[in-house]
Amino acid sequence: MRNLFNFIAKHYFFFLFVLLQVIAFTLIVQNHFYHRSAFVNSANFLSGSIYQSRTNIAEYFALRSINEELAARNNELMSMLPGTYLKTDRQIFTFNDTLHRKQFSYINARVINNTVQNRNNYITLDKGRLHGIKPDMGVILPNGVIGIVKEVSANFSAVLSFLHSDIQVSARHKKSNHLGTVFWEGYNYQKATMLYIPPHVELQIGDSINTSGFSHIFPQDILIGTISDFEIRRGDNFYTIEIDLDVDFNNLTYVNVVKSIYRSELIQLEESARQL
Amino acid sequence: MNLGTVKHIGRFLLLIAIQVVILNQVYLSGYLTPFIYPLFILMLPFDVKGWVLLLWAFFTGLTVDMFSDTMGMHASATVFMAFLRPFIIRLISVKADFDAGSEPRVDNNGFFWILIYTSLLIFLHHTFLFFIETFRLNEVFNIIFRSLLSSVLSIMIIMLAHLIMGKPSRHRRS
Repeated sequence: MRNLFNFIAKHYFFFLFVLLQVIAFTLIVQNHFYHRSAFVNSANFLSGSIYQSRTNIAEYFALRSINEELAARNNELMSMLPGTYLKTDRQIFTFNDTLHRKQFSYINARVINNTVQNRNNYITLDKGRLHGIKPDMGVILPNGVIGIVKEVSANFSAVLSFLHSDIQVSARHKKSNHLGTVFWEGYNYQKATMLYIPPHVELQIGDSINTSGFSHIFPQDILIGTISDFEIRRGDNFYTIEIDLDVDFNNLTYVNVVKSIYRSELIQLEESARQL
Repeated sequence: MNLGTVKHIGRFLLLIAIQVVILNQVYLSGYLTPFIYPLFILMLPFDVKGWVLLLWAFFTGLTVDMFSDTMGMHASATVFMAFLRPFIIRLISVKADFDAGSEPRVDNNGFFWILIYTSLLIFLHHTFLFFIETFRLNEVFNIIFRSLLSSVLSIMIIMLAHLIMGKPSRHRRS
């Protein structure tokens, strides 16, 4: 026993190295598999408030482009108002809409930290539990999928960016309605990859790829991007499609967090169906 | 608390601040980020105790992790680099012992010694970091390519920091 202690004391440098590596890897694995990093991530108060004050300063320099972006989005919304459509039908009738019920509502949040250069990227938002954000909510823009909320604190939330190896989005080719999976392969934050569209579907460069809505996280028919290249790789029986993402991930300012109203009901139903 | 500890804590805060506020926002050609925070470990004195070296490395890495949402990855890579530091110093040095308390600096060891010392350790640090970040063996060549490019950036920035910190007063006094 004494010899053992002597041995450890003599080579303590090596043993301390191993111990610290074990701690570090425990942290990595825990964070990766259980997504439980409530203590040390950018949603914690110290780093959250540092990032917020940095964003407050940096935002002044981006005001012009934010204004332009907001004006463009305003125009888009204005053009959807009922008043902008010419009424061709002069008959007046009212109807009580029981067919349509609201399925999604949105929370507006500001991006206070964001990366695109890593293989696994994260985004921090300035809204948290107090504003109604919960883990597993989707984050979108009108022209793209941004990510999924991973962790929330009282005032901030940490989001797994779409540019993360754990994220796969169920998507469909808009023209043919065929389903596939979209994910990010790394390196270029403007490109994504789509798999599992069968070879009999006719594809064209420039076709749009939208969300399918099957995950109950993102609404249906949100644009993800357009096809820039496709091929059938040797041995595969599906297309490998390269997509130009419509969102510029390097230039995120405001995003919408999606609150899916029927999500828990849908998931409960699907779970119980699977158990039969 | 002696003067040396204060100096190290000040240097620690400065380097972490530069890393988190400025360099973490840089990504050349989409995915290259320079890292300056390993300079803190590189500049600890030659006669620093082994456990002090490793614990500082772990703490530095963990602080950077906290700000980049990479839990444990920087900590692991920095501890790895700190572990190799004594071997690298022994490998590339001609004289075996250094003055008590002296640090690896351009005016103590010469520009080329510092350059080789920095390059070796930074490349090992970056390769290790990108390997655990990706955690896949089938992307080996991409990882090595990426660590090479990132290392060049980091080494340039660290050497620049060395040159800025070098004491110019020596020439003026003579």
